[in-house]
Amino acid sequence: MRVTNVDTVTQAFEESDKDQPWKELGLKEDEYQSIKDILGRRPTSSELAMYSVMWSEHCSYKSSKIYLRQFGEKVTPEMKKDLMVGMGENAGVVDVGEGLAVTFKVESHNHPSYIEPFQGAATGVGGIVRDILTMGARPVAVMDQLRFGAPESADTARVVHGVTAGISFYGNCLGLPNIGGETVFDKVYQGNPLVNALAVGVMKHEDLKLAKATNPGDLVILFGARTGAEGMAGVSVLASETFDSTGPTKRPAVQVGDPFAEKVLIECCLELFYAGVVAGIQDLGGAGISCATSELASNGGKGMRVQLQDVLLRDDSLTPEEILMSESQERMMGIVPKESLEAFEAIVNKWEVEYSVLGEVIDEDRLYINWGDKEIVNVPPRTVAHDGPVYNRPVAYPSYQDALNANSSSSLKRAENPAELAAQLLAILSSPNQADKSWVTAQYDKYVMGNTALAMPDDAGMVRVSEETGLGITIATDANGKYCQLDPQQGVKLALAEAYRNVAVTGAKPKAVTNCLNFGSPENPEVMWQFKEATQGLADGCLELGIPVTGGNVSFYNQTGDVAIYPTPVVGVLGVIDDVARRIPSGWQDEGNNIYLLGETRDELDGSAWAETIHSHLGGKPPIVDLKKEEQLAQLLHGAAIQGLIESAHDISEGGVAVAIAESCLRFNVGARIWLGDLIDRDNIDMTAALFSESQARVLVAVGREDDVKFQALCEARGVPCVRIGVTDKESEALEIQGIGTMQLNEVREGWAKALPELFG
Amino acid sequence: MKIGVITYPGTLDDRDAQRAVRLAGGTPVPLWHADDSLKGVDAVVLPGGFSYGDYLRCGAIAAKAPATQEVVRLAKQGLPVLGICNGFQVLVESHLLPGGLIRNEHQHFICRDQKLIVENNKTAWTNLFEEGQEITIPLKNGEGGYIASDETLKMLEAENRVVFRYSEVNPNGSMNDIAGLTNERGNVVGLMPHPEHAVEPGFGPDTEIAMRSGVDGLKFFQSVLKALVNA
Repeated sequence: MRVTNVDTVTQAFEESDKDQPWKELGLKEDEYQSIKDILGRRPTSSELAMYSVMWSEHCSYKSSKIYLRQFGEKVTPEMKKDLMVGMGENAGVVDVGEGLAVTFKVESHNHPSYIEPFQGAATGVGGIVRDILTMGARPVAVMDQLRFGAPESADTARVVHGVTAGISFYGNCLGLPNIGGETVFDKVYQGNPLVNALAVGVMKHEDLKLAKATNPGDLVILFGARTGAEGMAGVSVLASETFDSTGPTKRPAVQVGDPFAEKVLIECCLELFYAGVVAGIQDLGGAGISCATSELASNGGKGMRVQLQDVLLRDDSLTPEEILMSESQERMMGIVPKESLEAFEAIVNKWEVEYSVLGEVIDEDRLYINWGDKEIVNVPPRTVAHDGPVYNRPVAYPSYQDALNANSSSSLKRAENPAELAAQLLAILSSPNQADKSWVTAQYDKYVMGNTALAMPDDAGMVRVSEETGLGITIATDANGKYCQLDPQQGVKLALAEAYRNVAVTGAKPKAVTNCLNFGSPENPEVMWQFKEATQGLADGCLELGIPVTGGNVSFYNQTGDVAIYPTPVVGVLGVIDDVARRIPSGWQDEGNNIYLLGETRDELDGSAWAETIHSHLGGKPPIVDLKKEEQLAQLLHGAAIQGLIESAHDISEGGVAVAIAESCLRFNVGARIWLGDLIDRDNIDMTAALFSESQARVLVAVGREDDVKFQALCEARGVPCVRIGVTDKESEALEIQGIGTMQLNEVREGWAKALPELFG
Repeated sequence: MKIGVITYPGTLDDRDAQRAVRLAGGTPVPLWHADDSLKGVDAVVLPGGFSYGDYLRCGAIAAKAPATQEVVRLAKQGLPVLGICNGFQVLVESHLLPGGLIRNEHQHFICRDQKLIVENNKTAWTNLFEEGQEITIPLKNGEGGYIASDETLKMLEAENRVVFRYSEVNPNGSMNDIAGLTNERGNVVGLMPHPEHAVEPGFGPDTEIAMRSGVDGLKFFQSVLKALVNA
């Protein structure tokens, strides 16, 4: 039975002083007042639902907007040259040459993934893939950035199992290779794991689609899955309110994903795009129909007339407010010219996708929504979609910051003999954060589509985008919450530097940046300070490297009770490589290659894996970041890849040279003989720093003897410090480090490989 | 030679299978599940994926599709048919091959470079391999555990119808380490691993020689072309 008792625009005029649950819907008093001012009356209950969800932090970016502007302002014309679509759209689009464009974005699904890890993570993948599809692109790969609580906590296992199974279930069933990502454990994420999902898509320039309704008379069509009661108000309630163990149980259903429906929807949409029958398209995620109608109309500078009773439902008893707010997955809204309707119907019928025409675009600055013959929404679309509140929240330097920075790692006890150093190396290597992540990544299909040139455990994921020429793209993401806690501005630059370097070590040229900014409550001035510092650092860093931010996502309220997570801005860098056949592997493969360490090593152990694993310590200042040096290093690697001078390259980051060496050995089970004496002498450091320092702008490379002279000349020409620290030794199946001893690779592998299986089975 | 590749709703590796056919020297022909004509192709590949979202049972709904019914009819007349992963499940659900495929023993989806032993090189899809040869083919499945009654297993072993057996690691708890099977006539082959993901240097499994250089899967598609020429 259809609901008949609805609040209409007429009633809103007549019963002007009716009490409305604006507070329960997450609105502030002044926000409710501005809605009344905009409309010149109280909103109807449907309008209230739309405004409340669209003005939530998650949809409106009201606390972050003033800082995000920097990403569009701190750019040079050169940086914008290849940017086809910048911030503000569903995802940014970058010209990668050969008439192809790439769109990529990373988004959070943190709160749903704590409540219901499996569906939360699954629908996170589904949502970001639809964002990419909406731009007109075929999605070609996914990645996930996961941060869980302390590994030994029982609840962590619940979340880890659910999240990985959810990503595996949804991503594998969509047929998208999972080519990388991050898995980090830290107790600060105990009650608030971070589940970020990245997707990347490829299109021809002419296939670019925008979420716009510009042509009056065009039809508004909802297609895909039917609308049900899933994720009701999930956006405003789930994503904007902190978990509070004593709080009210305002816990709506988490969205439920059906990857089969999404796979069919992807193929159906791509066929619609190629047939040229949709003029504009928007996916339905957070805020559902409220978002899609108002954004399409507002983006196109037009209006829309919609009959809400024509929405196909799974449950006929849904109220109009619920239909407007429903977050049922696997739905799309298309703007279709009337003359294309027949062609549209032929394609959706072929894919057995359900659709209904809801209304049409009108030449008026108004969004009218009817329920049968009753008008329930009558608003200027821009006020819902784009003119939400903007806050300049109070900012305060954290009270704990100076003490934290003063508590450096310099007083921590260092190993005194070779046996102790060897034990520390093995301990770090088998700690959950540095250990083998195959327990997670083996649950993901990395082969589907047949274009994967690099995937985990390599430093970055790489896929071919043109079979004719071998043109490919590389993506790496990074974040280091500990560095950001010590210094958010420096920390985010470190994440940028590492992602940039991870792209560079594959031989690709870094080209563009996306981000997912995970922070605590914006209502906490100390968190807001972290956010301000981090956004400034990222915008400045991108300007210095000359690569633009193409889009991103902000996730606030990541905290349990009063305790915020470490600020965790995830930075993703996209690179381009002319021919994936020239990519550089991350591990050693051949006998007798010279091993070089590029870059300088300082005694930088604050916030390091060594300080955490050996001493459970976090304090001091993060490593120094020098983006000019990162750029030099990237140019060197790119040049070396083109000339085919290096056999492998591996980024040095957490765990320092020691972990990089071990990983390079374990990748293809090739041993090495290492001597660090020259490095120690040149950089005036001790053995602990040589092994475990996390100094930046460093890469480990292996060079064949025949290319040795050329390679050294290249380093000299580029001004990149280069020191030989060893040679590969395939036959030995052992890692020998002079002054420490010899470790059999199978022993090194054992602790590294079993850490996660032992924790999670 | 025209090799058809069927696309069901939810099929994922259809374009990969088409590429494999092309790289082997054949002409791939896309086929649609709802068509009852196979367009006169000389052989058919049922590719991997999650046809119909694996609803009901993996492959069960796809087994009823018009295109599959035509495959069943022509397979009985000798048409070479290769079922990969979900395609193998469809062949089992269509009763072209015996037994069943259930959830992996360890419950997880698994993606790995899998070593296989070629046990039977007399089929349309394996005639270029040596008997007993070890090959490496990517495996990726959630429901790849092969089961059958004792009687069926005995019959399969006695008639040399186990085409591939897992080597070193049994990744999903399959009985008798069975990775792939053939029918009595040797024209229909089904297996869980994905030969179409090991056909092109740079995009296949790792080998001793170089990263992602494994191309053992190419021989499947070259074998069928040879079988068709000789037929």
